[in-house]
Amino acid sequence: MELLRFTTAGSVDDGKSTLIGRLLYDSKSIFIDQLEAITKISNRKGLDHIDLSLLTDGLKDEREQGITIDVAYRYFATPKRKFIIADTPGHIQYTRNMVTGASTANVALILIDARKGVIEQTYRHSFIASLLQIPHLIVCVNKMDLVNFDEKVFNDIVSVYENFASKLDVKDIRFIPISALQGDNVVNRSENTNWYQGSTLMHTLENMHIGSDQNHIDPRFSVQTIIRPHTTSYHDFRSYAGRIDGGVFRKGEEVLVLPSGLKNTIKSIFYGNTEITEAFPPMSVSMTLTDEIDISRGDIIVKQNNQPEVSQDVEVMFCWLNENPLNFSGKYFLKHTTNGVRAVFKEIVYKIDMKTISRNETDKAIFTNDIFRAKIRTTKPLLFDPYRKNRNTGSLILVDEVTNETLAAGMIV
Amino acid sequence: MNNYLLKHLKELESESIYIIREVFAQFDNPAILFSGGKDSIVLTHLAIKAFWPAKIPFPLVHIDTGHNFPETITYRDWLINQIGAKLIVGYVQNSIDTGRTKEETGSNASRNTLQTITLLDTISEHQLDACMGGARRDEEKARAKERVFSHRDEFGQWNPKNQRPELWNLFNGKKLVGEHFRVFPISNWTEMDIWQYILAEKIEIPSLYFSHKREVIHRNGSILATSPYITVRNDETVTQKTVRYRTCGDMTITGAIESTASTVEEIINEVAASRITERGSREDDKRSETSMEDRKKQGYF
Repeated sequence: MELLRFTTAGSVDDGKSTLIGRLLYDSKSIFIDQLEAITKISNRKGLDHIDLSLLTDGLKDEREQGITIDVAYRYFATPKRKFIIADTPGHIQYTRNMVTGASTANVALILIDARKGVIEQTYRHSFIASLLQIPHLIVCVNKMDLVNFDEKVFNDIVSVYENFASKLDVKDIRFIPISALQGDNVVNRSENTNWYQGSTLMHTLENMHIGSDQNHIDPRFSVQTIIRPHTTSYHDFRSYAGRIDGGVFRKGEEVLVLPSGLKNTIKSIFYGNTEITEAFPPMSVSMTLTDEIDISRGDIIVKQNNQPEVSQDVEVMFCWLNENPLNFSGKYFLKHTTNGVRAVFKEIVYKIDMKTISRNETDKAIFTNDIFRAKIRTTKPLLFDPYRKNRNTGSLILVDEVTNETLAAGMIV
Repeated sequence: MNNYLLKHLKELESESIYIIREVFAQFDNPAILFSGGKDSIVLTHLAIKAFWPAKIPFPLVHIDTGHNFPETITYRDWLINQIGAKLIVGYVQNSIDTGRTKEETGSNASRNTLQTITLLDTISEHQLDACMGGARRDEEKARAKERVFSHRDEFGQWNPKNQRPELWNLFNGKKLVGEHFRVFPISNWTEMDIWQYILAEKIEIPSLYFSHKREVIHRNGSILATSPYITVRNDETVTQKTVRYRTCGDMTITGAIESTASTVEEIINEVAASRITERGSREDDKRSETSMEDRKKQGYF
């Protein structure tokens, strides 16, 4: 059974929390005590139905205000797959939380209220999903019950979205007409949408192909830590521990260690305490090499004929996550794979106007939630791949040197 | 063409090992918070894998309320000996004796919230800058919202409104002196994942999890074991039942379930068919609707 991570995005009233509640409810993943708890609260609120959104609104403030403030993770499994849902806020002031939840997702569910159609929020969320290179998008046109399950309404929305989606960098986009409140096409096929020939949401999630979502082409192994037992039985043992960030590594292969540029050969690869012959992402392994050379955290092991780019000057698409605006002349701490360097901004190339998803090359003031392209310079060279090629070696974060807050998410162009 | 897709348990395992290694690399003085429950046992097992063939390079910390099931203490001591790890114990009784905290009174008294003071004092005394715990997001609604690397201020408090964005697998463990982090490497594991892993890896766990006979009372819809720490009320009767524990907190607050499951496979079948959540029998969670969130804001696990 595989693991599929998906994120949900939509405005506060689009029914996102209800949709998740419905997925859990119809797949029988809700426990009796949880159901009793939300039934009690729904009754107390004077509702005539069970408010499934209460399943995901976990924090006090959220339950009181009836909105999702932070990212909430829900888990469920069907016999086919295990799922992790990152339920993210729709409010503009919580864009950073959406970015957080979406960064490791295989799939993004974009919710549209059938009565409203595509709105600014839809553009924003879709663009973010595309920017974060989430491989698959499922656009759920919700509240179809409120538009009489009208095929034309659905098709018009699909049409508008597809037109806009041509600007997006997503390979796989699907559309499903649903009613989260009544359950149409979420887990069970709807009898109200006989004109719809596609699958239900659950069927899509269970069967979509995610095997190609990781990079299995460009070998990248970022060293996290060195393991040296210093015991009698393992006196001279030294292994390099970390996660395979890309490609495939095999026992006996010749490798290249960067930034030193020294060649070496893989003596053995261990997964836990078991020796294995082949390692691929996202496995966490430890490797021993034939030659004793100096390797430390931050180094990356690759292949001679497939090397990452090396530079102190990088162009990055950023999402500014902090409440305070960007200080252009500030010095920042930058985290990239297992490396930490300092960085400064050299130029803001453009900001994205989220209403039109176009480039604004004149307004260079960066505020919270802004998405922009910038040139930065780092104190030491970064060893990277463009984010489009590899989400692990192409992503970075900026950290404030004084407050230690994570200020921005960056994707190397 | 090979299939390079990991099965879900391996993917979860790799993610957790990655997180544990990051903690070791980023912090000076990390530790594992060990309760003797299945989650912290799995966490320890993962840590052993993360650093193999070296020993775990940091201590296990146990906050001993004094109200533990004896089986938990026995198991803890056995495990420490088995893996050659260092054990630090913080005693809630000490905190009570030195006036740092006060014992609750009444028939529903528990030492659950008292642990927070002992935990914070232990962290401070040993200058631990990162404590790894076996909390999972599926356990409870406040835990569902917590980051993997969860920042605590100088008072050990959690501020849910001000959590750092956590992206990809880039964990920001930077902090000021006096602050520390709680890290949760098995955040994405569910109860079922834990049991399947215990089965697959043949991990030894305390006997409490398996069916046994015990003297119990019924209180507030829960089956509680009789012990020196519980006052049996006049309207309660002590009976002997065949039970087991699905979760292992203190004897005063952990409800048992009637069960004959005596192997891990049988436990898995039972959990799969279960209609009640794992923590549904935890009295500490029932104290209010936001019980866990409130405790965490004070510095709880």
